[in-house]
Amino acid sequence: MSRRPALRPWLAAWAAHLKAGDVLVLGCALLVCVLSAISLWKGGRPDKAIIKSGGKVFAEVDLSMPRIVEVPGPLGTTRVEIQPGRARVAADPGPRQYCVRQGWLSSAGAVAICAPNQVSLALSGRTADYDSLNY
Amino acid sequence: MTPSTTEIVLKPTADDHRVARHAAAAIVLTVAEAAIPLPLPGVKPGLANIITLVVLARWGWRDAVWVALLRVLVGSLLLGQFLAPGFFLSLVGSLASLAVLGLAMHLPKRWFGPVSHSVLAAFAHIGGQVLVARLWLVPHDGVFYLVPVFALAATVFGLVNGLIAARLLAEESAAEKDLVHKAM
Repeated sequence: MSRRPALRPWLAAWAAHLKAGDVLVLGCALLVCVLSAISLWKGGRPDKAIIKSGGKVFAEVDLSMPRIVEVPGPLGTTRVEIQPGRARVAADPGPRQYCVRQGWLSSAGAVAICAPNQVSLALSGRTADYDSLNY
Repeated sequence: MTPSTTEIVLKPTADDHRVARHAAAAIVLTVAEAAIPLPLPGVKPGLANIITLVVLARWGWRDAVWVALLRVLVGSLLLGQFLAPGFFLSLVGSLASLAVLGLAMHLPKRWFGPVSHSVLAAFAHIGGQVLVARLWLVPHDGVFYLVPVFALAATVFGLVNGLIAARLLAEESAAEKDLVHKAM
């Protein structure tokens, strides 16, 4: 004799108490969960990149079309690559390449800093939920 | 002994007894539930609401209001939460869900059962709580960051509580039919 409780009849007994409208209400409830998660948990969409060099704003670039910005610094030229909705430091003369290894930045508030060459790349948007340096 | 003219005699009616009995059951569930460790403040199964749902279906909205509010009051006294922030959160949550229950109970019974009532009330509950939290306790939009978690909890616990309430109601009415049969 099987000692496992029969799961299916047990579930069916509970499901018998569900009416059509209940299923509808549950569906709406799940929809609210998913929609609220999507709308509240997505990082703010960035709309421009702010590139600084030596502490001063070097360029404010719109994130709508691809381009490459070359930023001069004490060590050489840092290349910032812009694509629709995202940006990255493509090349940097600094020794450790931290800012390059950060890869693509795609949410508002994200920052990549190339300290040796005194260049920073920050994305800003309408609603920056956080920045990657401090909450 | 002649009764003094200033003496106030309280004569509990059958209604009072019924409300007290159900409120007592709800209070027991509240206290028992407080022993369950939970990951997030504000996320609770709300088992006492099973009683509210049963009372609502069997005895109507007025009794449900009495039972729910007595439960909030006495539950907070027993847990040492009376007039603490948690008390106001659960008071507002209860008032909001009672208001919604008052409307939801008029949904056609053929299609909407206790599960609908339960889920709708659970959403009203978190709605009221988040509103109070945002306006008073944590005046920052960061509160809304937790809304999806609360909504998921409301869905799951609303479903579970609603199913339990539906089953209790079904068993009660089956037992009553049995009694009627035996009496005949």
